[in-house]
Amino acid sequence: MDKRISGLAAAVAGIEDGMTVMIGGFGGSGAPIELIHALIDCYLATGSPRNLTVINNNAGNGHVGIAAMIEQGMVAKMICSFPRSADPRVFTERYLAGEIELELVPQGTLAERIRAGGAGIPAFYTPTGFGTDLAKGKPVAEFDGRSYVQERWLKADVALIKAETGDTFGNLTYRMAARNFAPLMAMAAERTIAQVSHVVEPGGIDPEAVVTPGIFVDCFVEVPNPAQEEDLNRANAHYPEVTA
Amino acid sequence: MTAKLTNAQIAWRAAQDIHDGAYVNLGIGFPEMVARFQPEGRQAIFHTENGILGFGEAPAPDQEDWDLINAGKKAVTIKPGTAFFHHADSFAMVRGGHLDVAILGAYQVAQNGDLANWSTGPKGVPAVGGAMDLVHGAKRVAVITDHVTKDGKPKLVAACTLPLTGVACVTRVYTSLAVVDIVDGRFVLREKLAALSLDELQSLTGAPLHLDGAVADLTCPEV
Repeated sequence: MDKRISGLAAAVAGIEDGMTVMIGGFGGSGAPIELIHALIDCYLATGSPRNLTVINNNAGNGHVGIAAMIEQGMVAKMICSFPRSADPRVFTERYLAGEIELELVPQGTLAERIRAGGAGIPAFYTPTGFGTDLAKGKPVAEFDGRSYVQERWLKADVALIKAETGDTFGNLTYRMAARNFAPLMAMAAERTIAQVSHVVEPGGIDPEAVVTPGIFVDCFVEVPNPAQEEDLNRANAHYPEVTA
Repeated sequence: MTAKLTNAQIAWRAAQDIHDGAYVNLGIGFPEMVARFQPEGRQAIFHTENGILGFGEAPAPDQEDWDLINAGKKAVTIKPGTAFFHHADSFAMVRGGHLDVAILGAYQVAQNGDLANWSTGPKGVPAVGGAMDLVHGAKRVAVITDHVTKDGKPKLVAACTLPLTGVACVTRVYTSLAVVDIVDGRFVLREKLAALSLDELQSLTGAPLHLDGAVADLTCPEV
């Protein structure tokens, strides 16, 4: 078995219009920039995929990564907890113009909904949001004298994640706080596509150190020295590149 | 205008109540300042929602590693004992009652402990982050805030008029003028600036301040 795919274009092939795509990362940390940009390349070449629902903690920053997907018009809806950033203008303008839908989810509820999606739990109860605007219309129940809100699982057609080291079975490790949502999204998507900075043979990762077991990963592409969204934004990068 | 504590002094006062070995989450912005004022000989372990326990201070400029950031997306550092984990584990620490204290900012705190700190109304782009999670589960949920708004209106109120972050969740408020506990749906005054009379403080507070024993002087060093 070898889950390695050569080439970013091949890795993101088959993502169709209207799909729900989970994208790992918290701000720039863990953002799979190269996979996202490969998807933008696909859209620019073929006009597809578009009308996507994107699930991420944020809604893009600057003009790269998710912000660039939104800027190109590929995204119909964002499901996120914090659609603000240092430079949120791409999402903000589309949102205020009514051109993109927003489902705002408390951060921990977002994580747990994704985990539930991956774990086969269709709904759960959480204290988060009880009595607030974000719980309006949701079922409420009392357990041991406390009130809780029912939240439903989140699943996706595709997850795009970034990992540090992967073996050919798809076992993954992450780099510091870049793991954030990735292990959850890997579980919750029909097809999980990873970009991996280092590829090793089976046995190259200590079994005790595996964070995402390969069963949750469908394929991966090697991307040595991946870009950091924060560095790109500090350099005022745009994707695709603009010639000023 | 009555003399009042600076933000740094409010943060200092809140830090005095954090015990050695406490697991603590500090909200983005002003609450992060509390970390600077850990009393000598005590070591708190700070949690950040994006998946780090026991992180260290900000690195020197140009030494940032953007895989190593806090919930405010500012660069931090690792130190001996740091742990990384994914987001579901991170919020299990929050909701599961494992944090000793969460310290947040506020637009309004109501006498029953309701907190409003995420939205000033329907304008613009709404964003909540982890605020609604953090107010549930920590053993103590404390607020640090100016006692009144910039235009002089009480921030400690009978009932919040802004969108709620959580219901009956705040246990203590450290303000620029006082330390107030929330007990059984009432504000209970614990400390106030010595120069401020009870009547003056009450006039700046939107709900009755109750007394339960002596009120101590709120004193802070110049920090």
